Amino acid sequence: MPDEPNAFQTALALILGRDPDLIGIVALSLQVSLSAVLIAALIALPLGAALALWRFPGRGAVVVMLNALMGLPPVVAGLAVYLLLSRAGPLGEFGLLFTPGAMVIAQVILVLPIIAALTRQQVEELHDDYREQLASLGVSRLRRIPTLLWDARFGLTTVMLAGFGRASAEVGAVMIVGGNIDGVTRVMTTAIVLETGKGNLPLALGLGIVLLGLVALVNAAAHLVGETARRRVG
Amino acid sequence: MNDMAQRLPAEIPTLDLSGVGFTHRGQTLLHPLDLQLAGCQRTLVMGPNGAGKSLLLRLAHGLLAPSRGRVSWEGRPPRQAMVFQRPVLLKRSALANLTYALAISGTPRRRRTPLAREALERFGLGALEKRPARVLSGGEQQRLALARAWLVDPEVLFLDEPTAALDPAAIQAVEAAVRDFHRRGTRILMTTHDLQQARRLADDIVLLFGGRLVEHSPAERFFADPQSPEGRAFIRGELVW
Repeated sequence: MPDEPNAFQTALALILGRDPDLIGIVALSLQVSLSAVLIAALIALPLGAALALWRFPGRGAVVVMLNALMGLPPVVAGLAVYLLLSRAGPLGEFGLLFTPGAMVIAQVILVLPIIAALTRQQVEELHDDYREQLASLGVSRLRRIPTLLWDARFGLTTVMLAGFGRASAEVGAVMIVGGNIDGVTRVMTTAIVLETGKGNLPLALGLGIVLLGLVALVNAAAHLVGETARRRVG
Repeated sequence: MNDMAQRLPAEIPTLDLSGVGFTHRGQTLLHPLDLQLAGCQRTLVMGPNGAGKSLLLRLAHGLLAPSRGRVSWEGRPPRQAMVFQRPVLLKRSALANLTYALAISGTPRRRRTPLAREALERFGLGALEKRPARVLSGGEQQRLALARAWLVDPEVLFLDEPTAALDPAAIQAVEAAVRDFHRRGTRILMTTHDLQQARRLADDIVLLFGGRLVEHSPAERFFADPQSPEGRAFIRGELVW
């Protein structure tokens, strides 16, 4: 094990040095994970809300499956996307493998079940509260989806953050479908794996600290926005 | 929406409950009953806790389906609104709660805010339009719920113990609102267990006891000479709540 100050010094030097390689890696990490969360949210928020509002045969199975998929191993998701996007695969003609696009797709698959499952739970709770009033106003089930999503917005911010946490922390999926190509698909987590493999532990640990700081920053920003809005709206 | 236009009582479809009963998990909460409500009467539903008052309102409003019998409106179902004992308000500003109801009823976007402001003023909430609805006091919340119902311009208004959790000033405001609705040509169906409130507001009384309808009489006759033994005990204050 390297000395801890050593790793912190490395992290500090990395940040202060404004190494263009590091900046590229950080930018790509944020770009991939934030895109994945955004795309996943666009699908998963209405999906989760719909699942909270509609009763149909097999609904229980869908809910259980969604909850189970929250624990989907990233390497498995990566492998599935790899097979889909590889030259011989069904989506091979798009040439997406080993591009940031492929990494976004893989992370969407990881994040979507988390956002959908937690949204389902939050919206269902809120709807228990609203049900009679909305029925009395004659609000259709379809129209209840945006209503409930908006009114659950503070809780759903946390749900989105959970999704972002999952996306930014995983390494298995982006490694398989991205390939950790220097300057093209290298992100924080794959860089850490690489440096660890090379035995450059202070740098690996330094990168880890930078990653942790980034995630903390995104969370702090979301928290601030959320708290300000909450104070205004109650 | 025509704010002060008065409807003719005959225009409001008659509500017909025939043989309506409700059973939940094998327990009969409401025994089959017949009830017709026409015109724009103020009907107060009275009875002890657990008598089935709220249940009757929910069945009439269509929030619950009866286990037996039929709830029907003569001709077409009227515009309806309901005010609950504990107002359910959206986690938005007071104003946004009202514009939401207008959006649902299909009011054009640019008319929503002026109409909502007008309703806030009418119910004495003008200064609170930007406040989150959930931080208003109990009385203010109930007035906001009434303002929301007002914007629906209901032909029939259901109120489920709307004053049960309020202080005297807030109770007065709710009763004044009920009179305003009535003056505008709205049929009222309201539950209460406050005898004095029923005396102040009722045109006729429905008395429920143990899930049975025991009496439906004009208010004057009910208070002067109740027809059922439960009604007599009730007037004398002998019914245990």
